Amino acid sequence: MRHTISVLVENKFGVLARIAGLFSARGYNIASLAVSETLDPAISYMTIVVEAKDAKILEQIKKQLNKLIDVITITDFTKKEHVDRELVLARVKYSSKDKSKLENVFKKYVGKIIQHKADVAIIEAVGEGVQIKSLLDELSKFEIQELVRTGKLAISN
Amino acid sequence: MKGSEIFLESLKREGVEVMFGYPGGQVLPIFDSLYDSDIKFILTRHEQGAAHAADGYARATGKVGVCLATSGPGATNLVTGIANAYMDSIPMVAITGQVKSFLIGNDAFQEADVTGITRPITKHNYLVKDVKDLARIIREAFYIASTGRPGPVLIDIPSDIQLMDAEFIWPKNVEIRSYNPTLFGHPGQIKKAAKLIAAAKKPIIYAGGGVITSGAHKELKMLAEKINAPLTWTLMGIGAFPATHELSLGMLGMHGTAYANHAIMESDLIIAVGARFDDRVTGRLDAFAPYAKIIHIDVDPSSISKNVNVHIPIVGDAKNILIELLRDIKKVPNTCDWLKTVEGWKKKYPLVYKNDGALKPQYIIEQIYEVTEGDAIITTEVGQNQMWAAQWYKYTAPRTFISSGGLGTMGFGLPAAMGVKIGCPDKTVFDIAGDGSIQMNIQELMTCVANKINVKIAILNNGYLGMVRQWQELFYKRRYSQVDITSPDFVKLAESYGCVGIRVTKKEEVRPALEKAIATDNTVMIDFKVEPEENVFPMVPAGQAINQFIGGLA
Ligand SMILES: Cc1ncc(C[n+]2csc(CCOP(=O)(O)OP(=O)(O)O)c2C)c(N)n1
Ligand SMILES: [Mg+2]
Repeated sequence: MRHTISVLVENKFGVLARIAGLFSARGYNIASLAVSETLDPAISYMTIVVEAKDAKILEQIKKQLNKLIDVITITDFTKKEHVDRELVLARVKYSSKDKSKLENVFKKYVGKIIQHKADVAIIEAVGEGVQIKSLLDELSKFEIQELVRTGKLAISN
Repeated sequence: MKGSEIFLESLKREGVEVMFGYPGGQVLPIFDSLYDSDIKFILTRHEQGAAHAADGYARATGKVGVCLATSGPGATNLVTGIANAYMDSIPMVAITGQVKSFLIGNDAFQEADVTGITRPITKHNYLVKDVKDLARIIREAFYIASTGRPGPVLIDIPSDIQLMDAEFIWPKNVEIRSYNPTLFGHPGQIKKAAKLIAAAKKPIIYAGGGVITSGAHKELKMLAEKINAPLTWTLMGIGAFPATHELSLGMLGMHGTAYANHAIMESDLIIAVGARFDDRVTGRLDAFAPYAKIIHIDVDPSSISKNVNVHIPIVGDAKNILIELLRDIKKVPNTCDWLKTVEGWKKKYPLVYKNDGALKPQYIIEQIYEVTEGDAIITTEVGQNQMWAAQWYKYTAPRTFISSGGLGTMGFGLPAAMGVKIGCPDKTVFDIAGDGSIQMNIQELMTCVANKINVKIAILNNGYLGMVRQWQELFYKRRYSQVDITSPDFVKLAESYGCVGIRVTKKEEVRPALEKAIATDNTVMIDFKVEPEENVFPMVPAGQAINQFIGGLA
């Protein structure tokens, strides 16, 4: 099962390697990881989506993260109210007859065509996991040349 | 002040009296400053020796051990020693030189990514990028190494930083917002534990290395005596409780006593103190102690419910928690019947060996115990020698059994003994060694002689990598594959290093040889030509429940 946790860490070099190493050394899988500075530039915020077979493994992951000296706090969103989003960018093959079809897609999702040149369009979309999933299903009707995702960002409410 | 001087001044502020290490190009400024320093420096013959010596010093004294090496090969030679200290939660600070900051990442001569290499085997590590941070980093490193669950911390210092000038500012205190080890147990949990203890019929105390780290041995004894519970310990917990005490069951686990293993398997309450339910202790996990509830006292939250499910976890320092627990236990359980049962197992399955005319390793250890009147500090190598040293010497005080538990590092014993002797100069220090292991760090004999570090080495020379041979005998149909290990003439070898060598081939020679070794004011190496195919028993095969023994009379 996938769990979303956030980790506040000291914004120092090597911290990401410590976190990544902790997962790889124990054979835990990171499904997605998003990192950036917070309002306080000395602190970074990471949203990590982890794959954990059972509650015991998730518990170990949290405890091991807590043991890292540079980790300040950990929040487990499994049972905590929160908002999460992911951003998708895609480059889609596109001809003028597709235009309305593609625009139609974005009536249901938060997203838009950012630019189009000749026969390709770059689109962006933002949403929760389920929305992103169904958006990706719809986009599969088009010819996607490349698709990139930020991984999940989560914030408690 | 120059970086190198800041470094040494900081060590002095931390109370460092001795360092073990080896020089090289990227630590030249430090060694230049060391020339004028009154910190004692022990030049080992290999950096691995320096790391183990610092580790042994830390285990014997409870202080932080310090080792120092140059960049690249010097640093990588420390790695085994750092991993060893990490696995056994030993407070250590390792300092390495690094290539000049502006060369880092260029594959410069003798460059290695040492913070990268040691990240998974240190509690924390630092690459110093600014000389102004140096004093603070050293202060933090000692604090992190010695608090909470202790462990090694590495500081990598580029050589240009060692030469740069900065004002020496010693931070008054350490403030690391993200590091606050829990010291005191949760009072509610401790009360619950006291209730559970009162209701137990077959309680057992299971003590680990955490008792020794926290200095909780007195409180542990008070607890055992107060609730009249038998007590068993792990390899790391040896010395936490006197082996001569009537409630003692000796070590448990793979090579534990049969009675300790029976007792834990039949118990209805396990009080684990500073122990981590490692696989060498639990054997087959799903069969471990099926009737027992578990109270687990540990300073490291990640140790709790990692291997076994715990009913009452109490996170904090063992000593603090035991003091509170002793206060909260109002009613004590009646354990008369239980102690009788345990006594029955002790009689039925004693720890034995066939003491015939042959030169038996177990006999030698018993003799070391008698000749030293139980007052020596014993270090060990790894293998059968280690298990016999754990089984046959009666340790009665903490920090008297110094052994590589978690990593099981052959070659640990001799350099560790050096560190122990430097920390405890008035004690007799014996390295109980195997003929294979001793050859892994034999070069440290020279360090002993050169620095007049008088240690005694008892090689249980069976001509084999004995523990591996034992497994091949028992589980691989005696197909002895690469376990026949030849050795030099240890007596001549000792003499060529400038110490004393003694060979013992007969039982009657054991006692006089040991007496002579102790009376000699030099390092002494005794080559005991023991029974080649003696096995360590009892033994629980890997993956079995721990009451399923083979061998011995168990
Ligand atoms: C550095 C290292 N390499 C390999 C091993 C695996 N190992 C464990 S015990 C052992 C044999 C040790 O032989 P010896 O020192 O003669 O001790 P004995 O078992 O004969 O007492 C070996 C090879 C180890 N523990 N450490
Ligand atoms: Mg041997």
